[in-house]
Amino acid sequence: MSHAATHDQHDDHHGAPKNFFQRWCMSTNHKDIGTLYLIFALTMFFIGGSFAMVIRAELFKPGLQLVQPYFFNEMTTLHALVMIFGAIMPAFVGLGNWMIPLMVGAPDMALPRMNNLSFWILPFAFTLLLSTLFMPGGSAAGGWTMLPPLSLQSSSLAYTVFAIHLMGISSIMGAINIIATILNMRAPGMDLLKMPVFVWSWLITAFLLIAVMPVLAGAVTMLLTDKYFGTNFFNPGGGGDPVLYQHIFWFFGHPEVYIMILPAFGIISEVIPTFSRKPIFGYKAMVFAIASIAFLSFIVWAHHMFTVGLPLGADIFFMYATMLIAVPTGVKVFNWVSTMWGGSMTFETPMLFAIAFVILFTIGGFSGLMLAMVPADFQYHDTYFVVAHFHYVLVTGALFAIISATYYWLPKWTGRMYSEFWGKVHFWNSVIWVNVLFFPQHFLGLAGMPRRIPDYNVAFANFNMISSIGGFLFGASQLIFLGVLIHCAFFSRKKAADRVWEGAKGLEWTVPSPAPYHTFDVPPVIHEGDLAHGHPND
Amino acid sequence: MTSGGIRRSFAAWAALALASFGGAAHAAEPGPWQLNMTRGVTTWSQVPYDLNNITLGVCVGIGILVFGAMFIAMFRFRKSRGAVAEKWSHNTTLEVVWTTIPVIILITLAYLATGGLTSWANTTGSQMTVKITGYQWKWRYDYISYLGKPISNVGFMSKLDAQSNATRQLGSGMDPYAVKVGDENTYLRNVDKPLVVPVDTKIRFVITGGDVIHSWWVPQFGWKVDAIPGIVNAAWTDIKTPGTYRGQCGLLCGQDHGFMPIVVVAKSKADFAKWLAAQEAQAGAPAAAPAAQTAELPAPPAAGKQG
Repeated sequence: MSHAATHDQHDDHHGAPKNFFQRWCMSTNHKDIGTLYLIFALTMFFIGGSFAMVIRAELFKPGLQLVQPYFFNEMTTLHALVMIFGAIMPAFVGLGNWMIPLMVGAPDMALPRMNNLSFWILPFAFTLLLSTLFMPGGSAAGGWTMLPPLSLQSSSLAYTVFAIHLMGISSIMGAINIIATILNMRAPGMDLLKMPVFVWSWLITAFLLIAVMPVLAGAVTMLLTDKYFGTNFFNPGGGGDPVLYQHIFWFFGHPEVYIMILPAFGIISEVIPTFSRKPIFGYKAMVFAIASIAFLSFIVWAHHMFTVGLPLGADIFFMYATMLIAVPTGVKVFNWVSTMWGGSMTFETPMLFAIAFVILFTIGGFSGLMLAMVPADFQYHDTYFVVAHFHYVLVTGALFAIISATYYWLPKWTGRMYSEFWGKVHFWNSVIWVNVLFFPQHFLGLAGMPRRIPDYNVAFANFNMISSIGGFLFGASQLIFLGVLIHCAFFSRKKAADRVWEGAKGLEWTVPSPAPYHTFDVPPVIHEGDLAHGHPND
Repeated sequence: MTSGGIRRSFAAWAALALASFGGAAHAAEPGPWQLNMTRGVTTWSQVPYDLNNITLGVCVGIGILVFGAMFIAMFRFRKSRGAVAEKWSHNTTLEVVWTTIPVIILITLAYLATGGLTSWANTTGSQMTVKITGYQWKWRYDYISYLGKPISNVGFMSKLDAQSNATRQLGSGMDPYAVKVGDENTYLRNVDKPLVVPVDTKIRFVITGGDVIHSWWVPQFGWKVDAIPGIVNAAWTDIKTPGTYRGQCGLLCGQDHGFMPIVVVAKSKADFAKWLAAQEAQAGAPAAAPAAQTAELPAPPAAGKQG
């Protein structure tokens, strides 16, 4: 490690500050901020998960046993907001913070102080959001989409809107930072088309974030002025249109769902080649597929609105555009399978989660294709079929990718190996119970159970009970994950090698484990063999 | 278990599976263990049902190929079996093939879906118009016209039935399984006053919202349409068999979103005419004369065209 020697010449910032407040609250170090993001995301994951437990407990059997309907709606609303903005997105930003500089050979993020600010906004934003639960009148309960006029009935709308503004500012700053880092801070020789797919996926995602977070901010600001300042953007009584909100919201909302899956594609494209010991199949096709999915994400928003009474032509356009997304997504899945074909595979925990991702995300993609068919969507729309669909792409998709990435890079972060046995226990419990949890929801939706209802007819009782049992056990399985993380960080005695995985390629594996506080102070000399995509014609 | 026992239990499972997939098409209501979408009871409701089955079939086919290839790869190319990694990372022919074939499949599906959608969007030639308004948390039905004649004064609110409403209260201690009409469990799927319509009639619904957005959905009709304040949406149906068809509000509309069901009773044309006459008579003397006329009408001329 030639660059490791350079540390001795920079004693002034050799290690982390000893003072806790200085180290964590005033940090400008991409690794510490990455850690903060990941811990924050994990915390939110458990808070949002506890809301989901309330939902599944109430739906365990017909009849209301535990909570009032309004509280149930608060739970569905906050579960979504916390999981999307508090767990999935910050987890990806945390992974990006930690790994992008290491993967492109940069000493830190391009804008370290802004990095600190974009993280530290989040705890305040979520304190504000969650505090609405304890206010008179309760929190927002109109669903995470906050459709007016219903959302305007919430007495804590101003708090929710302000919290969303803060999250948006944080996301935009994080995205600017990632773009600046990738475009300006790459080590000499790290050409754009030699970058790891994970870095590519984040570059494209960051552009999506900058494009759509202001749109969300605009939409919720219009809610705010409609409620408190007498405007009539969405009030038909004053010449407004409730459907306008849905167009604006989903113009944000659809790219948003790709913001939550593109970095996952990147992660899977790192993990599968490593454990197949074979270069990724069709590197350029993978990059272009991500870019074309990102482009398409801007012209499909109204597929969330097929039942609002769009003109026939609009229904048809958005149906075709939506179906088109299946092509680049299919290319990605085929390429992952081809990467495995002819490889020399081992099945450590990150690989297990990655394989589960490919299969279960594809199932989510299948139900997505079914939902794109407008006449069929008239039946599926706003039923448990949709709930099953987006949990397959977000839980077994985005979340499984995040878990896979965590196991994959954890030894690099802590310098110690996690327990492979308990990792596999975590995997098998997760993959079994998540299917028990979400697969029956397809049947519930097809049979006619609407989403977001606290109680249901006895015809839906069987599958709801199965789903709830799966939910409780999936939730409990994540405590194993917590245990594995704590064990690895504080108690594991098994040292990790610098190149943790035999087949791992990329600059992050050329630095010691754990990664020192400062890396690549001097840009590394890139050997093409170090990179997964070092050869321009690969 | 004896072999006969195994055979019997297999037959029982097969029957259950069949009932879950196919049999539900005939039952008006969702049943326990129902696995698939209903075929519905209208001329158009077959469209989403067929599209659902075709697309599901295509997805299952692709899934078997892709997941099959994955599982073969996972068994054949294991390091523990001595597999040595190959170096290739390209195959242009393959990449072209697996980009082209999905495009062809998608074009086929898009063709089918477009046809179904176009027939749905055509609300012309209707013989009856009913206005539906969603409120927190009940529906209002106003009969606008039937067989070209305007109807006045027939309109009513339709809300959750008293028995379901008492049972669904938190801590009521009442059993949802005890809420029944005949043999059918109607917990949260029954109303005090259902929408009554005739069969074999193209009925146009004009749908709007009174306060927030709701969505009017009877799965047996094959569609749901949002009830939006300030906007009037149109949809149509043409029920083939008399019966009681139940649905629920499809879009989150506040705390009692789960408790504003929809019940449509489809009667034969003669029975419907009697019912409508009674409603109009009830509404008052001015409406009595046209009501009598409606009741005496012979079979509507357009009935033959609507097959």
